[in-house]
Amino acid sequence: MALKIVKGSIDRMFDKNLQDLVRGIRNHKEDEAKYISTCIDEIKQELKQDNIAVKANAVCKLTYLQMLGYDVSWAAFNIVEVMSSSKFTYKRIGYLAASQCFHESTDVIMLTTNQIRKDLSSPNQYDTGVALTGLSCFVTPDLARDLANDIMTLVSHGDCVKRKRCSVLIMYKVFLKYPESLRPAFPRLKEKLEDPDPGVQSAAVNVICELARRNPKNYLSLAPLFFKLMTSSTNNWVLIKIIKLFGALTPLEPRLGKKLIEPLTNLIHSTSAMSLLYECVNTVIAVLISLSSGMPNHSASIQVMKYLGLLAMSKILKTHPKSVQSHKDLILQCLDDKDESIRLRALDLLYGMVSKKNLMEIVKKLMLHVDKAEGTTYRDELLTKIIDICSQSNYQYITNFEWSVSQPVTPHPPGISVSWWTIRVFAVAQMATLLDNAHLLTGSMQRNGICEVLYAAAWICGEFSEHLENPLQTLEAMLRPKVATLPGHIQAVYVQNAAKLFATVLKSQEGNTDSTTAQETSQLMIDRLPLFVQSANLEVQERASCILQLVKYIQKLQQKDVEVAEEVIALFAGELNPVAPKAQKKVPVPEGLDLDAWINEPPSESESEDEQPKAIFAKEEPKHSRPRHTEVDEKELARRREARKQEQANNPFYIKASPSSQKVYQDAPGVEHIPVVQIDLSVPLKVPGLPMSDQYVKLEEERRQKERAEKKKKEKKKRKEKRSGRGKKHDSGPESEEDITPAHMVDIVTEEMPENALPSDDDDKDPNDPHKALDIDLDKPLADSEKLPVRSHRAAEAPKSPAEDGDAESAATQEPKKKSGKEKREKKKDKDRDRKVSLKCSVSLQIQFSTSRIFNELSPSSFWVFNEKKSSKHKKKKQKKEKEEKEKKKKKKKHHHHHHHSDGGGEESVQNGTVEEEEPLPVSVYDIQGNLQDGSQVVVSVIFENKCDSFLKSMEFNVLDSLNSKLQRPEGSGPHDGLTVPFQLPPGVSNEARFVFTVQSIVMPQKLKGTLTFIVKDSSTHEKLDFKLHFTCTSYLITTPCYSDAFAKLLESGDLKGSSVRLEGVNMPFHHLLARICFHHHFSVVERIDSCASMYSRSIQGHHVCLLVKTSGQTVSIDAKCDEPTLLGNVLDEIKQTFSQC
Amino acid sequence: MIKFVLMVNRQGQTRLSRYYQPVELSRRAALEADVVRCCLTRKKDQCSFVEYKDFKLVYRQYAALYIVVGVTDTENELSIYELVHNFVEVLDKYFSRVSELDIMFNLDRVHIILDEMIQNGHIVETNKSRILAPLTALDKMADG
Repeated sequence: MALKIVKGSIDRMFDKNLQDLVRGIRNHKEDEAKYISTCIDEIKQELKQDNIAVKANAVCKLTYLQMLGYDVSWAAFNIVEVMSSSKFTYKRIGYLAASQCFHESTDVIMLTTNQIRKDLSSPNQYDTGVALTGLSCFVTPDLARDLANDIMTLVSHGDCVKRKRCSVLIMYKVFLKYPESLRPAFPRLKEKLEDPDPGVQSAAVNVICELARRNPKNYLSLAPLFFKLMTSSTNNWVLIKIIKLFGALTPLEPRLGKKLIEPLTNLIHSTSAMSLLYECVNTVIAVLISLSSGMPNHSASIQVMKYLGLLAMSKILKTHPKSVQSHKDLILQCLDDKDESIRLRALDLLYGMVSKKNLMEIVKKLMLHVDKAEGTTYRDELLTKIIDICSQSNYQYITNFEWSVSQPVTPHPPGISVSWWTIRVFAVAQMATLLDNAHLLTGSMQRNGICEVLYAAAWICGEFSEHLENPLQTLEAMLRPKVATLPGHIQAVYVQNAAKLFATVLKSQEGNTDSTTAQETSQLMIDRLPLFVQSANLEVQERASCILQLVKYIQKLQQKDVEVAEEVIALFAGELNPVAPKAQKKVPVPEGLDLDAWINEPPSESESEDEQPKAIFAKEEPKHSRPRHTEVDEKELARRREARKQEQANNPFYIKASPSSQKVYQDAPGVEHIPVVQIDLSVPLKVPGLPMSDQYVKLEEERRQKERAEKKKKEKKKRKEKRSGRGKKHDSGPESEEDITPAHMVDIVTEEMPENALPSDDDDKDPNDPHKALDIDLDKPLADSEKLPVRSHRAAEAPKSPAEDGDAESAATQEPKKKSGKEKREKKKDKDRDRKVSLKCSVSLQIQFSTSRIFNELSPSSFWVFNEKKSSKHKKKKQKKEKEEKEKKKKKKKHHHHHHHSDGGGEESVQNGTVEEEEPLPVSVYDIQGNLQDGSQVVVSVIFENKCDSFLKSMEFNVLDSLNSKLQRPEGSGPHDGLTVPFQLPPGVSNEARFVFTVQSIVMPQKLKGTLTFIVKDSSTHEKLDFKLHFTCTSYLITTPCYSDAFAKLLESGDLKGSSVRLEGVNMPFHHLLARICFHHHFSVVERIDSCASMYSRSIQGHHVCLLVKTSGQTVSIDAKCDEPTLLGNVLDEIKQTFSQC
Repeated sequence: MIKFVLMVNRQGQTRLSRYYQPVELSRRAALEADVVRCCLTRKKDQCSFVEYKDFKLVYRQYAALYIVVGVTDTENELSIYELVHNFVEVLDKYFSRVSELDIMFNLDRVHIILDEMIQNGHIVETNKSRILAPLTALDKMADG
């Protein structure tokens, strides 16, 4: 123990360890962000060191910071380094960090393939363990493919229990990512079910349970095995899984159910574990409901059991609704529970329990709750549920529509009145009254947000205006000045529907010889509409002015005694069908139809008749006019039709009326089938001015007769006309409920589906479900082709494949080659080896590019990687040229790929022409720091890392000076001489060198071009490497603390010039944002109040830079002041870039 | 299966997080904050299961520390509920009277314990001494 303490203190002596970091963060509660940013700086320094212990410590701290929400993906490469350490304690840290930080798109993952493979086959069981654990978190399809075989080997030959256990589990992930491996691997997985070790067994059970849940039929053959396990296992967690599995299997094999009864009842009676009991009951409920003798846990008093009991009940409900309905009172009691989870569950249950008999009662109760409900979420949920309950199965439970329509809260009248045309007439009358009384309601309604009803009411009245008794009166009601106080979207509907009503009024006055009423109506419109034209709401304004013009025109025609009614009504002709929610999805795209292409140029003429309340009824489709008969000549008609078709073709919301449903309509027996709804009304009406309940009946009957007559007339008149039909009718309500109160027979309009829609049920399945791929028949014998990919040489044909390591030669021989001559084979081998080398280079290059990307993302200001690493070696190129014709093409492709990653746009043109092949390259990272002592000096530290297999020496670093920035060279050397790098680089080693630059002006960012020359020892050839140094403006800033009073004085002084920038879509907590600015742009926080902070920094030449950062939602605004506007502008640009990259 | 395991204190600070299904880093913070809020607002006499988006949260409170487990709908809530307690018992055994500070300062060790118990989102080991075996071996290695 004492030794441990001493050791700990030694550790602490040279570095801050995780404990210190945690302690430090706790001690810096006020300026946590700043403290962490300094810590991150330290960690960066530590990561640059060669000592693996230091690196591991740094990575360990990063893991902690990552948990706190800081982005550490820039250290991905370092994590890989630590992972590859040979010491287990470090390796463990590396894998832990990797499993936390890496995800499928982390590009360094492919570097880990070999490391993981090595660890998997390591004799140390713990190495294998951490590798497997890590792998489970970041396995990618590539990794899964490459490592599947290694994992399988572990599964079957692993001598250690732990290893076997882990590898069995990880197979599930591998299957998901690489489904092809399932079939070959399955037999071994099956073996593991009978493994002597319970841990391995349970792992196998877990994997198979997970697999079987998605595609149970493939695993039926395993049922006997599981049965044995279930009776023998004592581990509750495993038992739960097995029972779950049986739950999935039983529906497919009913005989299984009988066999299960006994063991399950035994378990239920014997177990003391609640969870196991629950699982048993659950399974019993799900599959063997006939056996269950009631619900043992529904009355349990503990909250937990209450919740679970409700959950279980909802499952019973699906199959045996009757048995649950008897518990209605209990469930209604649960609604009073103070726990929201339980209330919501109870609501769900109620939804399923609703029948014709109890609907009104339940809704009444719920309405009471709505009044009582505290908290908006719950209230919203309640309201939604009420609506759901009412509209369930196309309103089939609603025996009394009048009741439902007259409930002021239900915003679904449009839905009802479209679906139920039998009710339409009634609804229209109801809504008209509602509109008439709107002035009484608006006050309270607006407050309650129920004025949406008016919206629906207006629409219904307009749409079905032919059923209105007194359209003129309604029209008048809709145009009252009071309407202007309603919300904009409702006004828009009002205006639009006023126009429809207007058309109806005109129509009704058509026959009259006395045209005064019609003209009065026009006058009324012209008088009232200007009110809406002035509306602030754009939609209202636009519609109102359109309609106003139209009415004015009509008035002119009226004065000339022209018959206009037909034409006007034609504007709003056509019926709406209820459209099934999935209809749009099911429209098959006709062959050869490109939905995105213009068929013709878009029509220039504005088609006012198509202007429908599109945005209004989300569920409905916008209605498109179908002129019945207009006086326009045929040509014009055809032209318009064409134009409309175009418009429809381009309108993604448009669904063609289905001819099939039209046919059905025409075949329908006509009017006689219109059922008579008997009404009984027990719920008092809540809307004042509505007719009393018994009046409903009369009213309804009258209407119906009237409508019937009307319909007949229409029918005759328009038998041959196209009309969007209604679907076939079917009797609602199951027979068993026939005896329930009001004998009713109502027809439900089948929801409209597009023609050719496939009657598929798979809508709910997600095509992206990874489990779909695992739906593989496992009983088929394995085909020859189905083998796990054994590690073999995969050269350039897989551009993304990971680098192969030292055993390349053996791998190369494995590859089947068709060679005749010995020489040829030799040559080929050589070639392969060459290819291997270059391939490896290319991979190491890619790392650098990817790290460069990460660096760019993280700190565009100070960390950059040399973007240009390739240059041609002409001599070598010639030698290899003939050999590598083929590969060059591929390489070239790769270059493009690389360049795509690199950030400097200009470099590409230079590079693409010259670069032909890969060279072993050193690559480097650099960091620019301002020198505080001397305002014109900047120190650039460059890390050189040798990534190739050869020794590098005689490195020379040279930069092309610009007017502004110059590399400081020793006295006596010319302005174009390079600086010798004071070290040599053995393979795989990195080292740091510092270079000093003098900078004149720091207000502008600049890029310096440079070259690095070096000699590769083996070939003793000179190599050249081009790079660019990017001096950003932030690299001239130095983090300087500033007190708030000094800061205030600075701002008051008035010699700072301001500028500001807005960042949109920044999705991170404010303190992260600040930390980011601090970290990347060398600022320090002066003061922070809520979502507003002031920050300060100073440049090496003493410019003050002050920032005021404010955030609201995803928008961040930065107001900045600085005595040097150019510098400020550039710094702001850089900040903007930092956030645009995150 | 288990989606994630979180340990958070009453102030909403994350003490441990382990994801078994990849979640973007940017969304993690938001998710954690949301989950914590869900659990913190619940009173002691409310049940330990919360439905959250498309999955469920099972949580238990130990002093100021909440352990929250996100599970898919198909998982048995009670088994997770018991697993959480098992986990805490293991921590208790290893740290002998575990506290929040133990967890903060020995994050990597807690991770090892957790990895022994849950792997790939599945429960793999619940036997206390077997869970602690590798960790004790590791400690011996560090000491010796």
